[in-house]
Amino acid sequence: MTVEAVSENAIPLQRKDFVSDQEVRWCPGCGDYSILAQTQKLMPELGVPRENIVFISGIGCSSRLPYYMNTYGFHSIHGRAPTIATGLKVARPELKIFVVTGDGDGLSIGGNHLLHTMRRNVDITIVLFNNRIYGLTKGQYSPTSEFGKRTKSSPYGSIDYPLNPLSVALGAEATFVARSLDIDQHHLISTLERAAAHKGTSFVEVYQNCNVFNDGAYSEFADKAVRPDRILYLEDGQPLVFGKERDKGIRLAGFQPEVVDLGSGVKEADLLVHDSTREDPSLAFILTRMHWPQFPEPLGVFRQVERPSYETLLIDQVEETTKRLGEGDLQSLMLEGDTWTVEA
Amino acid sequence: MKQDGNKGDGNANVEELDRVTIRFAGDSGDGMQLAGLQFTNTSAVFGNDVSTVPDFPAEIRAPAGSIPGVSAFQVSFSSYDIHTPGDEPDVLVVMNPAALKAHLADLPKGGILIVNSDEFTDINLRKALYQTNPLEDGSLAGWRVIKVPITSMNVRALADSGLNTKEVDRSKNFFALGLMFWLYERPIEPTTRWINEKFGKNPVVRDANIATLKAGYNFGDTAELFPVHYRVPRAQLSPGRYRNITGNEATALGFLAASKLSGLPLFYGSYPITPASDILQELARFKNFGVKTFQAEDEIAAIGSAIGAAFGGALGLTGTSGPGLALKSEALGLAVMVELPIVVAMIQRSGPSTGMPTKTDQADLLQSMFGRNGECPVAIVAPATPGECFTYAIEAFRIAVKHMTPTIFLSDGYLGTGAEPWLVPDVDDLPRIEASFATDPATFKPYLRDPNTLARPWAVPGTPGLEHRIGGLEKADITGNVSYDAENHNKMVHLRAEKVARIADDIPELQVFGQAQGELLVLTWGSTYGAALTAVQRAQSQGLSVSHAHLRHMNPFPRNLGEVIGRFEKVLIPELNLGQLSLLIRGMFAIDAATLNKVSGRPFFVSEIETKINTMVGSKVKV
Repeated sequence: MTVEAVSENAIPLQRKDFVSDQEVRWCPGCGDYSILAQTQKLMPELGVPRENIVFISGIGCSSRLPYYMNTYGFHSIHGRAPTIATGLKVARPELKIFVVTGDGDGLSIGGNHLLHTMRRNVDITIVLFNNRIYGLTKGQYSPTSEFGKRTKSSPYGSIDYPLNPLSVALGAEATFVARSLDIDQHHLISTLERAAAHKGTSFVEVYQNCNVFNDGAYSEFADKAVRPDRILYLEDGQPLVFGKERDKGIRLAGFQPEVVDLGSGVKEADLLVHDSTREDPSLAFILTRMHWPQFPEPLGVFRQVERPSYETLLIDQVEETTKRLGEGDLQSLMLEGDTWTVEA
Repeated sequence: MKQDGNKGDGNANVEELDRVTIRFAGDSGDGMQLAGLQFTNTSAVFGNDVSTVPDFPAEIRAPAGSIPGVSAFQVSFSSYDIHTPGDEPDVLVVMNPAALKAHLADLPKGGILIVNSDEFTDINLRKALYQTNPLEDGSLAGWRVIKVPITSMNVRALADSGLNTKEVDRSKNFFALGLMFWLYERPIEPTTRWINEKFGKNPVVRDANIATLKAGYNFGDTAELFPVHYRVPRAQLSPGRYRNITGNEATALGFLAASKLSGLPLFYGSYPITPASDILQELARFKNFGVKTFQAEDEIAAIGSAIGAAFGGALGLTGTSGPGLALKSEALGLAVMVELPIVVAMIQRSGPSTGMPTKTDQADLLQSMFGRNGECPVAIVAPATPGECFTYAIEAFRIAVKHMTPTIFLSDGYLGTGAEPWLVPDVDDLPRIEASFATDPATFKPYLRDPNTLARPWAVPGTPGLEHRIGGLEKADITGNVSYDAENHNKMVHLRAEKVARIADDIPELQVFGQAQGELLVLTWGSTYGAALTAVQRAQSQGLSVSHAHLRHMNPFPRNLGEVIGRFEKVLIPELNLGQLSLLIRGMFAIDAATLNKVSGRPFFVSEIETKINTMVGSKVKV
């Protein structure tokens, strides 16, 4: 089928054009509001006609986001959004597709799909809201909840070891891996913008506060006052420096990162310099393992490499085969192999 | 079937038969499937009607010579129109003791037993759990045993071929095939042509296979082991161009045709599963038709991708078998809720659980009907024969697209892997599939329905002004917004049910084979068609008041089903399950339908249905 991909809007779109008529129903104070706002703000910057944008989600608080976006949207079933996105992208490669998921949706019930979508490098953007709790079902521990966490379903403390979404993404061969923070508006929108611009699967973990069931999950490093000393912003080509006075940095001792004070014999040149484009993900993996309080919490793009995307490779195969064999003729195909004629 | 046919054309050594059923059995490494398929194609090209059923082990390489490692292929060929691959073989070809052990019980006394005597060694006999050698202990006295040293004759035929011992041994199925070609007066050319194509790049193997094929043929001609050889004349089939086709091949072609007939690209998302994998493999070949295939990470991803493709305006297709349908249930429910036209090609196998993957059953009718949470109706079509898989694959998408409903194409392993001659239709004669897309923002509402079909509009991303959100939460009528309203939910449940029920206005009425009314109606669905039809034909030829009706639309049923049933005193429903169609028929029409159930992983024998008919019908038709 063909749909004329011509927008009727001659006037540039604005944020309000992407606000749907549905009432937003997250709890007051939820970090999701901020993510929604930055997402809506980003849309006009994409340069994509509104009708070509699709938001697909699974189940959970985060997954209600498509209702609030005035684009095409699909609020599907638990964990399966990447599968629907894959089918849609393969069928309609010109569409700009976002998958919105959470730590339970994406990493627990939908873990398998997340893994395989990233390894295939389907050209979609996956935004995972990580609040380290099941919010919609009212407060059970999630696959990213800390070991020992007391929740409604773990009254004596969780005995599940949590997983690290970015380490998983790197292990799954994701070509774009980033992390941002719900309340760091500028960082969030710029990270989402880079993710959306990436050709292939872009995976963004957003630290998101659930103020009802897991309030303050990130406040030790996310509160504005302490951010400069406790967050490490990754910037390509720059040494890993942090601190209000920019007096601390990350140095590599063998395979171990270490925090060092600049000045006391340590120069910036001794520090690790960030390069998200390294083909080898080992260094990026080391960065994903750094967490507060042993380290500053890294935010930014950990890895961004170029690799042909799944749907491009598939379409290339279709085109090359058609070129080589000619456009298929159904009647001849039906008569393939030995045939015989029964005379009237 | 009948070995007592008329004498032939004056040559005392040729006996003419109207139908013969041969079963080739050997170790899974012996190439029995290949030999069977070559025999089938040759017979079909020769002009017989043919029908086949393969029987292979689930283990790809069970220990050589063991009973679990036995692989078999049955082909029936005839001079008249046949509908089944034959209840029992007339001829059993066994390549080793394990094959004899596994299949002898199916060969009627007096049947021809061709044995590769070379393989009846002490060690092979032990592997097949024989205490004594059946070729010597008199236990085969009731059959016409013909001992042929196939292994050593093949070795001799290929002594100078340049192949090593292992390669030589691998060719022995062609020796056996050549022998069978001689015994049943088949031409060897179709097989030599096939060998030339297949092994053209490896002349040593090519020449060896042809040499041993001819050696087998000539051995039959000169060895005088057989007092007669047999002739099965051409069948009278409808005129036209034919090919041999398996159900799964026809299914793949049918879905491809649906794409052409609708003008919509075909997307197939699937996870490999026996016996549906053939469809993925076939469709993956059709890249130059624009078909996009996606081998998903699991069954759920497979259907999810099909839903995504359908959301985008493509023909969204997934395929599976029983265990996979169970995994797809939740997503199929989503497709019902969002009312997108996906098709699930569901090739049944023996269950429950992993069951017997390579064996057939019809035990997923109720799973297809009801196996989802909530009131969750889908349309279901079920082909009757391998060739019909083509027609009903098209029909599945015609219904799905026109009525905006998920549709299950319900086939089974017996249809999927079985083969028959297929009268290849002219593409220009196939029905068009009308698909239309919403484009007008002024009138568009996501759940505003067509007044006749109740289909909702198909509005695909990329259409300016139609931006909207769909999902698994209950929809408000017309707007499609999320709704928890009690009245609305009640209405939507009824609308979804009514939408599927109204498909009955759009499908043919049920046809009756035989008298339109009478004592007994045999009512069947799916792959039991051939055995039931043949049994009814035999009963009718004895003058019994028996008719046959076969359902191809399982949900909804044809409008006149109740009326047809009402014209008969009794109804018999034979099916390969514990009574799933009969449960539906009893429930819907409050009749006391008789059942004939078999759940052995094998299709019905004609005789089983015939016997049941005879116990139910006493009177002859009044003339």
